[in-house]
Amino acid sequence: MSSKKHNSNSSNNININKPVPFVGKGYQPKTRRWMSYFVFFIIIAILELGTTTGVISSLTMPKPSDVLGTIIELFESGLLFKHLMPSTLRLVVGALIGISLGITIGTLIGLFSYIRSGLVPVIAAIFPIPKIALLPLFVIWFGIGEGSKYALIALGSFTPTVVATYGAVDNVDRTLIRMGQSFGLSWISIVYKIVLPGAMPGILSGLRISLAIAIILLVAAEMLGAEYGIGAYILEAGSLYDLERLFAGVTILSVLGIIVSVLITMIEQKILKWRI
Amino acid sequence: MNIQINNLSHFYDDSKVLNDINLEIMDGQILSIIGPSGCGKSTLLRLIGGLEKPSSGEITQIGSPPLDCLNAMTYIFQDFALLPWRTVEENISLVLEDHSLSSEVKRSVIDDVLDRTKLKDFSYALPKQLSGGMKQRVAIARALAVNPAVLLMDEPLSALDSQTRELLLEDFINLWHRKPFTAVYITHNLSEAVRLGHKIIVLSRRPGKIIETINIEKPIVDRKSIDKDLDQYQKYLWDIMHDEARATDAELLNV
Repeated sequence: MSSKKHNSNSSNNININKPVPFVGKGYQPKTRRWMSYFVFFIIIAILELGTTTGVISSLTMPKPSDVLGTIIELFESGLLFKHLMPSTLRLVVGALIGISLGITIGTLIGLFSYIRSGLVPVIAAIFPIPKIALLPLFVIWFGIGEGSKYALIALGSFTPTVVATYGAVDNVDRTLIRMGQSFGLSWISIVYKIVLPGAMPGILSGLRISLAIAIILLVAAEMLGAEYGIGAYILEAGSLYDLERLFAGVTILSVLGIIVSVLITMIEQKILKWRI
Repeated sequence: MNIQINNLSHFYDDSKVLNDINLEIMDGQILSIIGPSGCGKSTLLRLIGGLEKPSSGEITQIGSPPLDCLNAMTYIFQDFALLPWRTVEENISLVLEDHSLSSEVKRSVIDDVLDRTKLKDFSYALPKQLSGGMKQRVAIARALAVNPAVLLMDEPLSALDSQTRELLLEDFINLWHRKPFTAVYITHNLSEAVRLGHKIIVLSRRPGKIIETINIEKPIVDRKSIDKDLDQYQKYLWDIMHDEARATDAELLNV
């Protein structure tokens, strides 16, 4: 039957010319920069419209323009910097400790099988612990001052950095390492000139996650013994159910997250120029 | 410097990959090794260069490498093995950095090899900007920079298209003609083997054993891409390899 159909088709359609249909559409990610602004704009516009008209009750959501007003107020009173400065310092110091330790340990795990076998289970055990739960412990160890805050953020950014780093070291092209060995390069040279640069893309994409976690933990770190700080500000507003100030604080954290992400993208573009 | 290989056998776990290889690599000559895929050609090359230890038998260097030689056994890899984050010049400088050379010496070595491989204009390019042929030229330049006693080439042209392959073959021949070097050239391509080899060794399928050795007297520079004399050798080699290749093709892989 099928052959019959085929025959009749070929005789009927012999004079029809039509272009080959294009079927290769989609599945090619491209950057559409305006899209991100557009989405932000739509979300905020809906909230603003909803809260002004009363569709969204002011008890459930603050008005975006009021939140903006609160941020401007914070800025004008100088309180913004009073909160931002200690938070940024905690973030930078804590993340710096966590990330540098994480890259070091991660590289060692990637290079030495004894260290790998010994430490990978330990890391797997530490990773899922909610670090917030350990804050009282850190207060006992490092005091209620800055020490416990640095420790909490450092531990939080440490584990994802370790995992990303040893994964990245594992993924370094083995033929490049063989090449280095065959040319008689020293161990140090192989690590510094082949392994670490080769692992850099993986390490940097791991940093995106580590730094986001560091920002999350900033709020937790400022739960105890912090007078100033974005986290302390958010917690205070939260306990008073002051939604405008709560959202103002959250917005500042979001902006901090975007800044960190942009910084990493800039670093990537600078030191990963060689990538295709 | 000659290399002498005596009674060499090699195992991976329980399976034998190389069986009783006896072989001499002569100074200033190119030795081609051919054989069906998986016959242990690349393993043999890794053993010669010391990237692996033989299970039994020995590989001896007879005589010493030239005085200015920085790395006696030097590889050229099939997939080029260039560091993508280093420019052409920096890739070459990589293999000089661990030796205490003055920057002038380094400079002159790099300039010399870039000149010999016609890469002068590309010294600041990154590997991603280069074609496959150019990448392999960089790898050759890097190998020449350490002034090797023996060049170990593992299917250096297999990743390239056939036109580029022909161009690079000509370059190899010119390089050898201007300054003869010792080389072991692994390939599965019979025409490459007869174009470059002073001596050609045929390995059987796994476990690899030498089943034929032929010498080609015709000077390498006089060999052409279409060459009646070479055709005869090539036909002869294919007759030997044909059944081995068919048997290999029909084997199940034990992975």
